[in-house]
Amino acid sequence: MSGINDFAFKMATVNGTGSASANSLLMQAIFRMGIPVTGKNIFPSNIQGLPTWYEIRVSKDGYTARPPEIDLVVALNPSTYAKDVATVRPGGYLLYDSSWPLDPTLVRPGITILGVPFGQMCIQTFERDRDRTLLRNIAYVGALAALLKIDMQVVEVMLNEKYGKKKALLKANHTAIRLGYDYATAHLECPLPFHLEHLDKTSNAILIDGNTACALGAVYAGATVGAWYPITPSTSLMESFKGFCERYRVDAESGLNKYCILQAEDELSAAGITIGAGWMGARAFTNTSGPGISLMQEFIGLAYYTEIPAVFFDVQRCGPATGMPTRTQQADLMSLAYASHGDTKHIVLFPANPAECFEMAVTAFDLAERFQTPVFVASDLDIGMNDWMVPRLQWDDSYRPDRGKVLDSAALEKVKKFSRYSDVDGDGIAARTLPGSGAKGAYFVRGSGHDKHAAYTEDSDAYLEVVNRLVLKFETAALTVPKPDMRLQDGSETGVVTIGSCDAAVREAVDRLREQGVHVDFMRIKSFPFGPEVRDFLARHANTFVIEQNRDAQLRALLAIETGIPRDLMIPVLDYSGMPLTCTALVAAVTKYLAEVPA
Amino acid sequence: MTSITKPPVRHPGLPRNALGLTKRDYEGAMSTLCAGCGHDSVTAALIQSFWELDLPPDRAAKMSGIGCSSKTTAYFMKESHGFNSVHGRMPSVTSGANAANRDLTYIGISGDGDSLSIGLGQLCHAIRRNVNMLYMLENNGVYGLTKGQFSASADIGSMSKKGEANEQAPIDPVLLALTLGASFVARSFSGDKTQLVPIIKAGLSHRGFALIDVISPCVSFNDHDGSTKSYAYMREHEMEAVDADFVPLRREIILPEDHAAVTVVQLHDGSTVRLRSTSPDYNPTDREKAYKHVRSCQKRGEVATGLLFIDEAGRDLHDMNRTVKTPLAELPFETLCPGKGAMDALMERYR
Repeated sequence: MSGINDFAFKMATVNGTGSASANSLLMQAIFRMGIPVTGKNIFPSNIQGLPTWYEIRVSKDGYTARPPEIDLVVALNPSTYAKDVATVRPGGYLLYDSSWPLDPTLVRPGITILGVPFGQMCIQTFERDRDRTLLRNIAYVGALAALLKIDMQVVEVMLNEKYGKKKALLKANHTAIRLGYDYATAHLECPLPFHLEHLDKTSNAILIDGNTACALGAVYAGATVGAWYPITPSTSLMESFKGFCERYRVDAESGLNKYCILQAEDELSAAGITIGAGWMGARAFTNTSGPGISLMQEFIGLAYYTEIPAVFFDVQRCGPATGMPTRTQQADLMSLAYASHGDTKHIVLFPANPAECFEMAVTAFDLAERFQTPVFVASDLDIGMNDWMVPRLQWDDSYRPDRGKVLDSAALEKVKKFSRYSDVDGDGIAARTLPGSGAKGAYFVRGSGHDKHAAYTEDSDAYLEVVNRLVLKFETAALTVPKPDMRLQDGSETGVVTIGSCDAAVREAVDRLREQGVHVDFMRIKSFPFGPEVRDFLARHANTFVIEQNRDAQLRALLAIETGIPRDLMIPVLDYSGMPLTCTALVAAVTKYLAEVPA
Repeated sequence: MTSITKPPVRHPGLPRNALGLTKRDYEGAMSTLCAGCGHDSVTAALIQSFWELDLPPDRAAKMSGIGCSSKTTAYFMKESHGFNSVHGRMPSVTSGANAANRDLTYIGISGDGDSLSIGLGQLCHAIRRNVNMLYMLENNGVYGLTKGQFSASADIGSMSKKGEANEQAPIDPVLLALTLGASFVARSFSGDKTQLVPIIKAGLSHRGFALIDVISPCVSFNDHDGSTKSYAYMREHEMEAVDADFVPLRREIILPEDHAAVTVVQLHDGSTVRLRSTSPDYNPTDREKAYKHVRSCQKRGEVATGLLFIDEAGRDLHDMNRTVKTPLAELPFETLCPGKGAMDALMERYR
């Protein structure tokens, strides 16, 4: 399938050796050539010395999912040679460090093996051990530039931007790039049959990861309190928030901060801080991953029942338990939707990419305050930590935060008696007051049974009045949360339902199926609770495939529970291997199913 | 948490404070604790302190977790917002509230189960964060609401009502707080209002985390012979380190007539606390000596009470985080959102 501006290659290296910056240099250079590009960092839960891979996909058609096959592997980690050589597609290429004799493990019929003595050249050229290790990565960037026709001018400009002020480092990087480039040009047949040509398809795009985008959304939404406990893969979200706040939220006059970030002792405390700040009227959030969500359960129930706004970013990783912290999954769907003991349900947003992370972060704060309840943004490691090509983020200055029903001192004056949990408007949402806004609005937040006046109760009717109103509130929310993304084709009886980061791969699969003459309708769930259109879609299709990244078909279960459509009418397509999804799983499942069903 | 509203009876003759409020105005719902509970005396001392300090009820927030002690936030200042959170987690909720609105007075009420078992971590880290709050630890050595299990503050050898002896070493919140760098550490006894009220007032005026460990006997489950947290035991073994007089800023400072050794500590809001040492060499600004004093009292079977340590130079949560003076929750959105121009410029960095 490979061709000009349509191929994928992969670097297999050892983590902690500096390959990460070389890989992002490669990706960015391709992006700046105007060619759509995606990178997937497959890294270990470790700081130094374990195998790591970086996959780069180039797609003139703009497909951003993980590539279904790899055309070229750069094998620089002997410990994974066997595995790496096996991932080259038939007829593909393998580039290795020929400083040492070819390892027999790397020999495989049907592929082309290319050697460049990266190590040797670096040892001959650079004196310090550190340079020899780090610049070997830049040398392979040079070789790839020759093999794939990466514009060297673009690379030079990027090196100048990066090291412009550090002359010695700049010079060393230029030398290293040239080592690889010149050797490949002189000794190998350059370029390879699949390579790059300038395009103009990225001028309105950016390369950004989801955690950065979520953080930026929190800044733009006006969040002032962030509480967290470091956990992979959500850590960079708060670090980005801090970075943005240092840039945008320092009072010019006093030099003081218009934000407060508290690194808590654990996730319980992070949740408590978020809820305390939300109660006070600040926009507050915490970021975590599955294990943190487990720890926050009790507090989530408290915020739900006492009706306090709080935003939780869950950057999902592979569970259960500690699981695989540096692998991706969508396995927290059930635990988010119904988090905590007792009857609880929550608003959950499912971004598909970093652009939606930004958008939904802002939406999450609005929904949390409007519905006075915890709101989850269920991102995942693939979205959160990988650089995605998305349209430039836009901001409309006419945006005003939706603070929900808050009675301030003036509004309280006009009320005869303030009653915290009374539904005045019939939408299930009661007005709240903020501490400090006057004695008339004072009430007692309690996780124990309370009546509509917020007073303690053990009376069945008074209890029921409040919990039944929460159901009404949830129903109102179902009509307000972001609607699913749908792509319908005329008369199709087959539907495909997916969620979150599966989006890119599933849409690619839909295109592939169309090329094969199979027309399927597409629906991507963007939020929980589900609006009526979700049920309609399921009811309209004879065959519905639900593709998601967990073992137990959690999205399918949620759809069955909440829409009443029988679970077994939906065909699960599951990939919970921990790797970002490719289009192949769905294409294979649909093709196989339709082949078996008599027409 | 059960609560019964008190009938609004007005006594025109009741004295009024600078805000024109009577002590009744600082009361809350009727207590549903057992008759004679030490916690009710603490509540009374709190009410007295708030009234004397002219604290506006609507500028205070009452924070608690779960347990008998945590119920008491409903029994005072009905015109304040209150937050009865989850067991052992009041410190984090208060940290968040305080981060969002630094202008309110935070009154946290907790117990020995809430603070020293399930919430020990939260207590420690709120101390480290130096959240500006009063933290009352109503300490009775027993789990009252679940009917009489030992808490983590029960002394070795202390007997339960059923006659079992505790064998595990106790956690002393005062020693703990001193170790963790708390800037205000005191201990008192629920039955000693004369000592407790000035300490509470000083704690409220202190900027930073003010821990007051109040031995508060449980009449139902821990007020028998063999308990080291009973009324009788406390009356016999209480050992006052320093006698504190709290002097609010606007009142005239009257020097005590009978004492030579007086330490006057100026609190952050300008008010002062005068400490009269019962032992002439006691220095409440020396952390090591405070620690030593509490330990040596323990060795003698005595309970050190009084204002044991105070440091007014500490940096609180907001100092450490360099936050603006305006409460974060009150900053206008326009001053928080960087806007379209900044966004468009920022996007160039991601290319």
